[in-house]
Amino acid sequence: MSEHPLPDPADTIAEMLHQPELESDAVRSESRRGVLIALPSWIYLTLFFAIPLLIVVVYSFATRSSTGLTRLTGWNIESYKRLFDPLVAEIAFRSIVLAVATTLICLAVSYPFAYYIATRTPKWRNLLIVLVLIPFWSNFLVRTYAWRIILGSDGPLAQITEWMGFEPVRLLFTNSAVLIGLVYGYLPFMVLPLYAALERMDWSLVEAARDLYADGWTAFRKVTWPLSRPGVIAGSILVFIPSLGAYVTPALLGGAKTTLLGDYIVSQFLAARNQPFGSALSVAVMVVMLGAVVVYFRSGAKNL
Amino acid sequence: MTIAAGVRPKSPIERLLAANSWLVYAFFYAPIFLLIALSFNDNENVGVWTSASTRWYSEMFQQDDVMRALRNSLIVASVSTLISTLLGTAAAISLERFRFRGQRVYDGLVYLPIIIPDVTMAVMLLLFFAQAFNIIDGLFGSKPAFGLGTISLAHIAFNISFVAVVVRARLAQLDSSLEEAAADLYATRWQAFRYVTLPLIMPGVAGGALLALTLSLDDVVVTSFVAGPGATTLPVYVFGLVRRGVTPLINAVSTVMLAASMALVLISLFFQRGTGTVAITEEEPLEET
Amino acid sequence: MTDSVKLTGVTKRFGDVLAVDDLHLNVADGEFFSLLGPSGCGKTTTLRMIAGFEFPTSGSLTIRGQEMALNPPNERPVNTVFQSYALFPHMTIEENVGFGLRMKKVAPADIAQRVKRTLDMVQLSHRASASPSQLSGGQQQRVALARALVNEPQVLLLDEPLGALDLKLRQAMQLELKDLQQRVGITFIYVTHDQDEALTMSDRIGVMSDGKLLQVGGPQDIYEHPRSRFVADFIGEINLMPAVAVDRDSVKLLDGQVLMAPHDAPAGRSVTVAIRPERFTLFRPDAEIPSGRSSIAGKVIRRIYHGDVFLYDVDTAEGLLEVKEENRPNVEVFEIDSQVVVSWSPSAATVIED
Repeated sequence: MSEHPLPDPADTIAEMLHQPELESDAVRSESRRGVLIALPSWIYLTLFFAIPLLIVVVYSFATRSSTGLTRLTGWNIESYKRLFDPLVAEIAFRSIVLAVATTLICLAVSYPFAYYIATRTPKWRNLLIVLVLIPFWSNFLVRTYAWRIILGSDGPLAQITEWMGFEPVRLLFTNSAVLIGLVYGYLPFMVLPLYAALERMDWSLVEAARDLYADGWTAFRKVTWPLSRPGVIAGSILVFIPSLGAYVTPALLGGAKTTLLGDYIVSQFLAARNQPFGSALSVAVMVVMLGAVVVYFRSGAKNL
Repeated sequence: MTIAAGVRPKSPIERLLAANSWLVYAFFYAPIFLLIALSFNDNENVGVWTSASTRWYSEMFQQDDVMRALRNSLIVASVSTLISTLLGTAAAISLERFRFRGQRVYDGLVYLPIIIPDVTMAVMLLLFFAQAFNIIDGLFGSKPAFGLGTISLAHIAFNISFVAVVVRARLAQLDSSLEEAAADLYATRWQAFRYVTLPLIMPGVAGGALLALTLSLDDVVVTSFVAGPGATTLPVYVFGLVRRGVTPLINAVSTVMLAASMALVLISLFFQRGTGTVAITEEEPLEET
Repeated sequence: MTDSVKLTGVTKRFGDVLAVDDLHLNVADGEFFSLLGPSGCGKTTTLRMIAGFEFPTSGSLTIRGQEMALNPPNERPVNTVFQSYALFPHMTIEENVGFGLRMKKVAPADIAQRVKRTLDMVQLSHRASASPSQLSGGQQQRVALARALVNEPQVLLLDEPLGALDLKLRQAMQLELKDLQQRVGITFIYVTHDQDEALTMSDRIGVMSDGKLLQVGGPQDIYEHPRSRFVADFIGEINLMPAVAVDRDSVKLLDGQVLMAPHDAPAGRSVTVAIRPERFTLFRPDAEIPSGRSSIAGKVIRRIYHGDVFLYDVDTAEGLLEVKEENRPNVEVFEIDSQVVVSWSPSAATVIED
């Protein structure tokens, strides 16, 4: 029952020199186990993601031969210079404007919507959110296709407006059609994180603000809005990124004059056969998106 | 809840909020219902309603192209879901439960496919496969072809990340002392995983698998890049038809695809019940574009 | 008595943080030993090293004489009752309790019998097929206990197992745990930050702070004779008065009064005299103080009624002293501002060398 049998300091030092880190073997074998579990996906993603990513970067500096083949010689930055062509700049500008507009419209519509759902009783809340999940999980192509019917030249929208005595509204193949399609496609991506943020919120904080003489609007501005900001940022990123790279929506609802970055990149590979330029475009889009994500992480959101 | 105190019932603001919500729901569902209704229209012309019939459905089942594309889709979806669920779950476990060197790099590698737009992913994989096939040709004198194999490989590449994110969210919620308790009660590492961890993260694994399945069945862009001639999945086939115009047959095929998606939602809700429906979907897929 | 658990020079570092610093500790067989300290003092890390959830950075850890510092938890003859109970939510109570035996490949018939017997012991046989979430906190606590005890471990480790219970239930469980420990005769190592809990249940207590084991001793020893300011302060209320050592038997207070108090400090060393509030007695200034007692005059500046006791703050030349007097008919109650004499017997004072 001895408490503090003081060890001989010399012994202790000798022991420490001998076994500086007793646990290091265990730590090492544990970390080896972790690597082993990670390894299959690590190899897979290196092979089918990291290397392809590298290839795109390499290709963006390559040369296109007159027959449309890519020569992996004569490295140059011509493809990047072309990004500043008026035509390309116009497409990029249109894409960014559409993506920003999509994000803002989604936010404006979703915030009151998510707020409404989050303030129902739990039973209602669950039902209402399931009704958002259904379109969220539903096939994107099919959902976009439905708008092709609605907006078509003799579709329901044209028929209804005509029946009401107006000039029939025909939006298909316009920027408006693409905007409607994008908003429709990505609205759930905005609603869900906003809802998650609002639902998690401690509503007694709003009550505390009201108790401290804030009126309803001030309480919202000073408490609810700042607290839901992570949801706002997450939702905005989740809508902005796919909108900027959209391909299916403009392909189905847009026309020749509404080319966006997504279908422009695709056309460089499938039609124009200019792989270096297509690669450079891809890299540029990717850089913009990574920038957006960095902003998101900086804003204090923990995970995507 | 305290909520009722925050927003007084039946205030004008409350009415506006409610009206906005019902409009959003109408916006969500009107196109879907319209599509379903039109798929039962007997008329060749989509814009003119004559009478209800299921003729386009029976026609659909007689179309070899559609059936072949459907079969391809199912093969690709099941293979890629199975493999990506295994790899993605392992990835989530290694990231959430272990510490090793290079983990941050690996973490980034797992997350990056989620934030990269699928057009870029498609371009990357197209160039990669073309290069790889040239190398294989040079080494072995025979060139592999684009087809179901390349499609599956590509789908696994983007699905691993989504499975990993969903499973990881579930693992993070799991009290790690449960695994310690298992070890304390004489379970080996494997037994602790088999009898405690796995059953408890199963809803996450199932959710991740369903997400992978959905993304695989949804994908148009990546697939059309790496499909090569001859191997077409249903979405790519439908996409090709749709670009040319609206037909009642497409409506029928679309309705079937919608029904399949909704069946998946219901299954997923079944798996997630009692675990917070939204927790799983907070990590949104960006894959569909 | 044999040593059940013996830690020799155990150190645990998490990166730059020194969680446990050169810890030496022997826990005897069949002992109820408590590790007591504030949160972050290293007591839980120490327990986790004994359980095998953490491995020491250096040092030796033996259980029943066998070196176990680096063995994984499943190879150690110890079981843990977790703070969160860590009951498997996907198993019934019965399955939870039988888990360890199943892992040890005990025959199914034996498992059923032992599980039943253990559940009987914690009076939960009637809930055997319930799931953990259907039980109350106290019941879950018993299941956690049963799940550990059914394996008949040589040592039971308990990590603040009563922390989540409310006061009444906690007090009842304290007695029950102590009772149980005496019945099964297993060594208990109990981690807590609650001094009452430690004093009530333990055979011995080890007080930890900043990764160091400051003092080990029986509850009475720890309470009555703290060897450091930290221990004195952490356990219960105590009055600390600066003083200077005179000789081995006496010290001199600031006001020049010499007190009888045995200690080991060399003459001239400044020390602290520690006296528990309940060891003081208040007298009227004109009362005759029994011989042999020390005393100091002061004025009552605050009185707090606690039901069973009165707490007085008395302003004296030695600073503010807290005095605890029982609320009994023959004990005089003093009003605020009344002049009093605070008195104590020499045995009440403990000298702490700073």
